[in-house]
Amino acid sequence: MKFKYILPIAFIALFFSCSTDDDNDATQINEVEGLELIQTIINGNETIELYNEKGQFETGYNQVSLRIKNNTTDTYIENATLSWMPVMQMPTMQHSCPKSVITKALGKDTVYEGFIIYQMTYEDGSGWSLTLNYTIDGIDYSVTETISVMQYENQNSVSFMGSDDTKYILALIEPKDPTIAINTMKVGLFKMENMMAFPVVEDYTIALDPRMPGMGNHSSPNNTDLTYNNADNFYYGDVSLTMTGYWKLNLKLLNENGTVLKGEDVTENNESSSLYLELEF
Amino acid sequence: MIGVLMSSFGFAQEEMNTIKNDTTKLDEVLVLSRRKLSNHRQEKTLSSIDNYLEKSNKITMIKRGNYAWEPTLNNMASERLVVTIDGMQIFGACTDKMDPITSYVDVSNLEKVAIGSGQEGTEHGHSIGGGIDLKLPTPKFNGSGYKSGLDLGYETNGNYKATGLDLGYTGHSFFINADGVYRKSDNYDAGNTKEILYSQFEKYNMSLKSGYKFSDTQSIDVNLIYDKATDVGYPALPMDVSLAEALITSLTHYYKSEGKVFKSLETKLYFNTITHIMDDTKRPIVPIRMDMPGWSDTYGFYSKAALIKNQHHFTLNLNGFYNKSLAEMTMFSNNPEEPDMFMYTWPDIRTLYSGIFIKDDFHFSEHETLASSLRLGYHSSEIAKDVGVQSLEIFHGNVDEQNDRFLISLASTYQLKKDNYNLSLGLGYGERAPSVSEGYGFYLFNSFDNYDYIGNPNLKDEKALDVNLNFKQKFNDFEIGLETSYFYIMDYIIGELTPNVSSMTIGANGVRVYTALDHASIFSSYLNSSYKISKRFTVNGTIGYNYGKGNNGENLPLIKPVSYFAEFNYNTPKFNAALQLDGNGNQSNYSRLYGENETADYAILNLNLGNVFYHKLGKTILKYGVENMLDTNYSTYADWNNVPRQGCNFYVNLSFVFR
Repeated sequence: MKFKYILPIAFIALFFSCSTDDDNDATQINEVEGLELIQTIINGNETIELYNEKGQFETGYNQVSLRIKNNTTDTYIENATLSWMPVMQMPTMQHSCPKSVITKALGKDTVYEGFIIYQMTYEDGSGWSLTLNYTIDGIDYSVTETISVMQYENQNSVSFMGSDDTKYILALIEPKDPTIAINTMKVGLFKMENMMAFPVVEDYTIALDPRMPGMGNHSSPNNTDLTYNNADNFYYGDVSLTMTGYWKLNLKLLNENGTVLKGEDVTENNESSSLYLELEF
Repeated sequence: MIGVLMSSFGFAQEEMNTIKNDTTKLDEVLVLSRRKLSNHRQEKTLSSIDNYLEKSNKITMIKRGNYAWEPTLNNMASERLVVTIDGMQIFGACTDKMDPITSYVDVSNLEKVAIGSGQEGTEHGHSIGGGIDLKLPTPKFNGSGYKSGLDLGYETNGNYKATGLDLGYTGHSFFINADGVYRKSDNYDAGNTKEILYSQFEKYNMSLKSGYKFSDTQSIDVNLIYDKATDVGYPALPMDVSLAEALITSLTHYYKSEGKVFKSLETKLYFNTITHIMDDTKRPIVPIRMDMPGWSDTYGFYSKAALIKNQHHFTLNLNGFYNKSLAEMTMFSNNPEEPDMFMYTWPDIRTLYSGIFIKDDFHFSEHETLASSLRLGYHSSEIAKDVGVQSLEIFHGNVDEQNDRFLISLASTYQLKKDNYNLSLGLGYGERAPSVSEGYGFYLFNSFDNYDYIGNPNLKDEKALDVNLNFKQKFNDFEIGLETSYFYIMDYIIGELTPNVSSMTIGANGVRVYTALDHASIFSSYLNSSYKISKRFTVNGTIGYNYGKGNNGENLPLIKPVSYFAEFNYNTPKFNAALQLDGNGNQSNYSRLYGENETADYAILNLNLGNVFYHKLGKTILKYGVENMLDTNYSTYADWNNVPRQGCNFYVNLSFVFR
């Protein structure tokens, strides 16, 4: 009698233990959870997957996660080294944009990450291509694919010529989800050394004056200017937002000697600085 | 410690009563009696509660329009007073004080108004300036049967119409009473027929009251008031009100003991809810369109016992309430591509209070009374919305979600009452917690001084010592009296200019954050006199002087300048006439720092007449007259942004009482 009951239970147990084993084989934990796939690039035996939160490239700061899949074994490669080169093709020339190196994402086995700051795009999203160079087990691979970069709805990044005749690129990174509060503001500042090299600019100061043009150029108290943090090479400051809506973050770029390279004070007669970023929430 | 304070403070309890500006009824200021709010005794039977309160010496109404005036007592406004409806706490839902709670009741709902000056007004809560309790009628089971009344009123200025209907039945163990008032006014004209735009209003008020008597010792009653004002214009403000709605409910149990010591116990449970919607759609030109709704809900109770032991008359009152105040603002950008702008102006503040009040009236000799009272309370306020904490942190660094306070109030009054001579001397000490706006308001625009105000959750309790002296002497047909009070206020809460902070309101001068002056002084005194020329003819007059200054040497805002009032009365049982002269001196001690300018002196003349006709069905009362007879164009120190008051106004009120 007892056996009659034990047998089905044993089968069920066996079945479940087998099926969980199967799951384990195909990465049990989804390491790109919460991210959307932007694009896959197939290169011979590898497929490179590009992810970010929105599932598309946009102008401004893009945090990108990557995975490389071995198409034969259908597994993700954990020991690759990667680098990239985004390039925009203009009618008479081509140029790149600020970007980070690609590193293994902290605490993850299969995900690599980095950022790219696209300073411009064509209206239809065209113009950009991305070259990926990667090394697996000592063998180098390279692939170039067209990508599309959409125009972000407001000015979250800006490229400009400073009074020192250097071209700079400034991009807003935080606040990503602003609230009515004192928000931490984080930006990246790069200079255009040549068409393909955009190194980080260190030890400048970015003066901040947030305003609401829709509210008679209302400002907010207790903002702080942004200063360079050499731990992660970004600039940090505080931005107070007293209400939701459209904010214009008027900026002034000062070099290490305090010389203004770009931007003006906002006054009664000067509604806006020529250097600014935009924020909406 | 408390004992020492109690004994050193001595004496005195003044239960003042709203009375007309007349000075003949001085004893009512001094003694414990409260005059009934019988609307048939007023100049206008259909006068609003605002008009009624304004007749009191100590009360001045701040006017932002023709409706919803804010009472001030001893030159102190809402946040320094405790204004209750029959002991019930109720808080306006408007961040800009467009809805003082007196605007949510009507004369028809009430029986009397009890005013306690300074710490003598703390039976229902903590205050600095005093308490105003709007008393609902006490239930009666006298078997008087059916009763009904109809009031009709019309005033020429503003084409103002008012109607009141009152129906009731009173049996020996059951009563029910229902009444309704409807008022509607167009824009009024100031002197020289200058139309004041956006001074219209429309409101109705309904109340239902019913009670049942179980036995000789126990009864209950329920009371329900619904008040709704729509289309209320505020000429002194940049916005109007499309809806101000209140539901005020209570259930009261009465127990009357035949015991020797324990006399009565009254317990009330109550709930009220207010919705207040500001509106700018009627204004053709505004810098930006906005919505500003506010809500205030209050739940509470009190239990009040009376005991008599020898010459001591004790009152004990245990009370508590929980209030939820939320207000928000949405601005619609003139640029359609920009998103709407939103903020919480009151970020869902929850206030929990519980306290106890003990009072002893000690009649230690035939003519002398010593009244002493003590209130102890625990006051806790909490910011329920995280975004509220964060938004206040923009200004104040670290803000605690919850803030607890322990509050104390002490008062003592010595009273001497002889046939021709009355004297009372009172001393008090009290504390209050900051109001929701003072503690937690976020960019509240004050059109008076044209600044945006930011609350400060780190404010200390405001504390005050007060002394009052009242005196009256009668010489045959002549009476003279003096009422004075002095307040020494510590940590006086007021908005302080914060330089280099940009206003939110377009066109405002800047931002003030609530902080406290180290101390401030407020003094007020009124000299009253009356002379009875003959049995029917009396004349009376009052002169008032007020003073208010902070320790920074600056005058305080909204302090009444020298005022005077004179009245000639002619009275017979069926007819009365009164000619009144009402005026203020030049406001020379105005407060420039807090946005005041000098308001010029003025004087107006009013003529009030009344007839009573008795007939088989009951009686008919006719009241008529002219206000501001000379059509003077004037404004007073208490008129927000100097909006001129009504010019010449003819009025007539007709009341029928059937029984």
